[in-house]
Amino acid sequence: MTLEKEQKKNNLQKIFEVIKTMASKPSGLIGLSILLFHVILAITSPLYVPYDYKAIDPSLMLQAPSSEYWFGTDSLGRDVFTRTILGGRTALTVTFFGSLIALVWGGALGIFCGLVGGKIDDVVMRIIDAFLSIPWILAMLLIVSLLGTTTLVLIPALGFFYGKGIVRVARAATHDVIAKDFIVSAKARGHSNLSIIWNEILPNVRDAIMVEGAMRWSWMLLGFSSLSFLGFGVSPPTPDWGLMISNARGLMSFAYWAVLAPIFGLSSLIIGINLTADAFAKALGIDRSTKAPV
Amino acid sequence: MLLLVLKRILLGFITLFIVSLITFSGVEVLPGDACTTYLEREAYGAALEACYERLGLNTPAHERYISWAAGVLQGDFGYSLSGEMRINDVLGPRVKNSMVLASASILIGIPIALLLGIITALWRDKLPDIIISTVTIFSMTIPEFISATLLILIVAIWLEWLPGIVIVPTGASISELLPNIILPVIAISMIMTAHMARMVRSSVIQVMASDYVQMAILKGVPYWKMVFKHVLPNALLPAINVVALTIAWLLGGVVVTEVVFNYPGLGRLVIESISNRDLPVVQALAIILASIYVSINLIADLMTLMLNPRLKSLQIKK
Amino acid sequence: MDSAVQTINNLTIGFTSQKGERISILKNISTTIKKGETVGIVGESGSGKSTLALAMMGYVKHGLYTISGECIFHSNNLLGMQNKELENIRGRKIAMIPQNAGQSLTPNLKIGYQIDEALRLHTDLKKEDRDKKISELLNKVRLPSPEIMAQRYPHELSGGQQQRVAVAMALAGNPELLLLDEPTTGLDVTTQAHVLELLNFIAKDTGTSMVYVSHDLGAIAQVSDRVIVMYSGEIVLDGPVRSILKNPIHPYTFGLLKSIPKLTSPGLPDSMSGSQPQPGTVKLGCSFYERCNLAEDKCKTNSPDLEFIENLNTSVRCFKYEDLIDFKETKSDNVKSTNNNILDNEILDISKVSISYAKQKFLEQLFNKIDDTNPTVQDINININKGETLALVGESGSGKSTILKSIAGLLKTKDGIIKFDKDKVLSNDLKTRDPGFLRAIQLIFQNPDESLNPNHTVEEIVSQPLRLYFGLKGDELKQKIIEVLEKVRLGEFYLTRYPRQLSGGEKQRVAVARAFAAKPDIILCDEVTSALDVSVQAAVLNLLQELKEDFGTTYIFVSHDLAVVRAISDRVAVLYQGRLCEIGPSKNVYQLPSHPYTEVLLGAVLEPDPDVKPKLVAEDIVEEKPPEQGCSFQGRCPRILGDICKNVVPPWQIGENGNSIRCHIKVEDLKKQQNVN
Repeated sequence: MTLEKEQKKNNLQKIFEVIKTMASKPSGLIGLSILLFHVILAITSPLYVPYDYKAIDPSLMLQAPSSEYWFGTDSLGRDVFTRTILGGRTALTVTFFGSLIALVWGGALGIFCGLVGGKIDDVVMRIIDAFLSIPWILAMLLIVSLLGTTTLVLIPALGFFYGKGIVRVARAATHDVIAKDFIVSAKARGHSNLSIIWNEILPNVRDAIMVEGAMRWSWMLLGFSSLSFLGFGVSPPTPDWGLMISNARGLMSFAYWAVLAPIFGLSSLIIGINLTADAFAKALGIDRSTKAPV
Repeated sequence: MLLLVLKRILLGFITLFIVSLITFSGVEVLPGDACTTYLEREAYGAALEACYERLGLNTPAHERYISWAAGVLQGDFGYSLSGEMRINDVLGPRVKNSMVLASASILIGIPIALLLGIITALWRDKLPDIIISTVTIFSMTIPEFISATLLILIVAIWLEWLPGIVIVPTGASISELLPNIILPVIAISMIMTAHMARMVRSSVIQVMASDYVQMAILKGVPYWKMVFKHVLPNALLPAINVVALTIAWLLGGVVVTEVVFNYPGLGRLVIESISNRDLPVVQALAIILASIYVSINLIADLMTLMLNPRLKSLQIKK
Repeated sequence: MDSAVQTINNLTIGFTSQKGERISILKNISTTIKKGETVGIVGESGSGKSTLALAMMGYVKHGLYTISGECIFHSNNLLGMQNKELENIRGRKIAMIPQNAGQSLTPNLKIGYQIDEALRLHTDLKKEDRDKKISELLNKVRLPSPEIMAQRYPHELSGGQQQRVAVAMALAGNPELLLLDEPTTGLDVTTQAHVLELLNFIAKDTGTSMVYVSHDLGAIAQVSDRVIVMYSGEIVLDGPVRSILKNPIHPYTFGLLKSIPKLTSPGLPDSMSGSQPQPGTVKLGCSFYERCNLAEDKCKTNSPDLEFIENLNTSVRCFKYEDLIDFKETKSDNVKSTNNNILDNEILDISKVSISYAKQKFLEQLFNKIDDTNPTVQDINININKGETLALVGESGSGKSTILKSIAGLLKTKDGIIKFDKDKVLSNDLKTRDPGFLRAIQLIFQNPDESLNPNHTVEEIVSQPLRLYFGLKGDELKQKIIEVLEKVRLGEFYLTRYPRQLSGGEKQRVAVARAFAAKPDIILCDEVTSALDVSVQAAVLNLLQELKEDFGTTYIFVSHDLAVVRAISDRVAVLYQGRLCEIGPSKNVYQLPSHPYTEVLLGAVLEPDPDVKPKLVAEDIVEEKPPEQGCSFQGRCPRILGDICKNVVPPWQIGENGNSIRCHIKVEDLKKQQNVN
């Protein structure tokens, strides 16, 4: 076998091992299972939903949970169970791709800044600081309200705003690595800058950046649902947990089920992603609890 | 020392300057402007021209930026679009209300977070740690609007202990606000406390494992004395900056919480002004929120500077 | 007087592994510390010696627990005590001087406060008396101006000063037993000798019992009355210092002593094969079986007990110790001579080189603007011949590693020229240096944990130079990798290993393999053995020597350890504050008359022999910057002449042995002065 193939095999093996370590602790196992459950649900749920999610029937308004309507109905007579199992699809897709974008641009810029240092680094970090100081929610609301709430706006916008924090982490990780002797050694051998980044630096900052990306995912989900809740996320009648909570909130003194079902859905997904990210960080040997959520 | 402080303050101002550039150009670049949104369908021809004339939007962008920035530096944010009110008059009471909410949450949150963080670290992996850590993980992961909604459902609707929705005028005095802000404060400080407690915990654990703490034990220093003299000063110092970042980040969450409780603060103003496309107000809000962020970080930086013996002696030498 | 201060009975301490196995770090330790006695505990990293020292204070680290046994202090078992009771013993009856004082002093508290704390806890003195006592203690450990010192924070002191503060703190409670955990490790040679001398003085002055834990037999020899040798968590030898160091009757101690390079015997030391087993791996038999030359079948299955031999007053854990009792060492046998094929052929010419450590930032690098009238390294002239081993010796801050970096092109020189292979000028910028020259000069670093990418397998690590310089691919590449690994005695088995799965010695072998894979002409070795255990160090030194003989490589060998340098080098250059002091063939540099700094260094070397005491000639002051003018060593020189040393750069003189000495004192005068001492 050649070296390249072996490396691929090694990588696969490593991923498998990381997942195994993650699942070896109860919290990691619970997180992974919840996440897996939600992903499968999001992919397959349209195949078996009992009712049409947008069928409005005033005669069925605010029905309590029954054998027919497991989670009851909402103020427009729509089946809450149907809407709940469909309600995570947009959130999952938008935040997953959003985190990927955040990971890529944040990681790349961070490594670049860490490498070049000096004035360029100073200027970029000052701009990142400025962006960090504008509350994300204000900026997101402004963009969404002016450009619309399509996923094509939401994904890059969320990706941009949640990538800022990754820049800092990637930069710090790069700083730690470039002082190490193995980088000095590669430089002295005469490797090109690109080869040093790719072979020596990237493998060593990859873990930190990926853990950061996983954490961003849960925070982005939180951010996205907040937008939805405020009416700036998904447009009705598409079912979405944040929007459902917001709509059903006013009537929760009579129909608490219409609030509790989406709350349960959203909370379990966020906790699932969070536990997974935690276990992921631990499996890679990174302590995430010392970090601020920025 | 003074030079270092001045440098930090200057850096803060540079950040704010960049923020002002970003928000101003952001509003410029995005499609639609104050007039098109204000006039909606009638945004053409003479009416549009008149509007541009009235708001001074037909001058070049950089001139408008300079006159706007000059106003901001003098504490004048100009006029809002919708009510043609002075933005300062709109902001004033809102800032006060949000300050009440935020400072109450921080004042309650920080001591509790310290206590929980220290308890969980000192009883690491024992029952108190396991219970508190599990609770903190839940309360830091669940979005504010969910915990706020649940609080209203349980405390206000089912138990009927406290009012669920804040029904006070914007200009209400602090004593009028008081019973109403209990639930919002709980909702905000819950998530904040959880974040900070976790950071304090890991910082304390790190210091507890250090050589100098082992040395203090071997010197025969009694346990609690060791905790207060040798552990906490060293553990809490690095936590200050991270705590500041967390607080600043959570300001975004205050927006949502204010909406849930119908609280007349800056957060609700954010939503209102964005819904009304009142861009001058949005710009003003961005600058104000950014300055809060910058000042919190500045305070944290200065605190670390004052408390860190390493940096202290550095200044004496220079 | 023979009463026991502390008695340890059958002590076993261990942890539970992730698989649920109980693994012992200390196994069945029994010994007694007598009043007024200084006991040295020696062992390599992982032998359990620090765990034992901590247990003697009733302290067991987080994650470890006592499986059985007890530590009896005044008829109480420390390991069964409540924290409240222990607080009254720790610091008062038993005190500890830690390994790394820099990290063991609380960073936010002033020195004075930390000593005062110990006094408050363990004495009844009033505030004024305590203040007086603090000054007294700081005086006792010979720190200058105690009142100012007490107002300082730990990070404001040098390593040697921090260590002295730790000693003062330990003495505050007037303890009956003083535990010292590697108290001089990490200090410069001269500082180390001074601290040891201080400890000896304190032992005599106060009459406390001391337990001195160290990996360094040289330090142990200077302070101990009795020595305990530990291996893999067990006591393998326990007896009077002279008999243990002069006639060791355990094969491990025997091998260990042989593997230490000594100033008195030139040439490479013998090496021991293998390394100490990881805790929990040896289940049956003697833990030294794998590495033992005397081992027989019985040793594989039965583990020997610690046996007391009356007439030698020594306990030993070995079936075959009798073979070693009458063993007489014949010196010439055991010394391998370095037989270097030095061709009279200049390969590197460093002339008038000076280097400034003013920080090179991105933009400054672009403009290459360095303006420094007092550079870190100045006026270096050295010629190196093909096949030669040249050593650069000096304490921290001597600029030895800086020079190495400049030769490698990693650090730009400020002035001067480095020529390779007689006439080819090496560019001082890595980017414009000819790739052929980059290949010709390879580096090996001090710490393989830092110099090997933790995310690469051994195969990937060794493949890098092969791909870069020779463009090898596929099977050919793999064949070559295996070939290179075999050269450093590592088999195919290692290809898929990651650095974290290897022992320290194995890691350094991989680093050596990577350097040799480039087929270099010159290898720059930066403290390559100082991160390794003694027994492993000898093996790496021997390997380097063999490879050099095979390939005719030239070494530039940087080290602070004079004995190691003596063993491996042909020529030695002594540096102080970035300026050359002396250069010449190694056997001549190691003989007086020498430059006063060389004399100081040589005097401070600790030999593993209780009868050879170090000579302390100069003060161990730390200088942060080289002096602006005059001789670099003027600040510490014991033989300073006067203004001429302060104002005029000294001339080079040829010593009578052919070594060059840079000093204002005439060689004949040096000879007289140094012979008098």
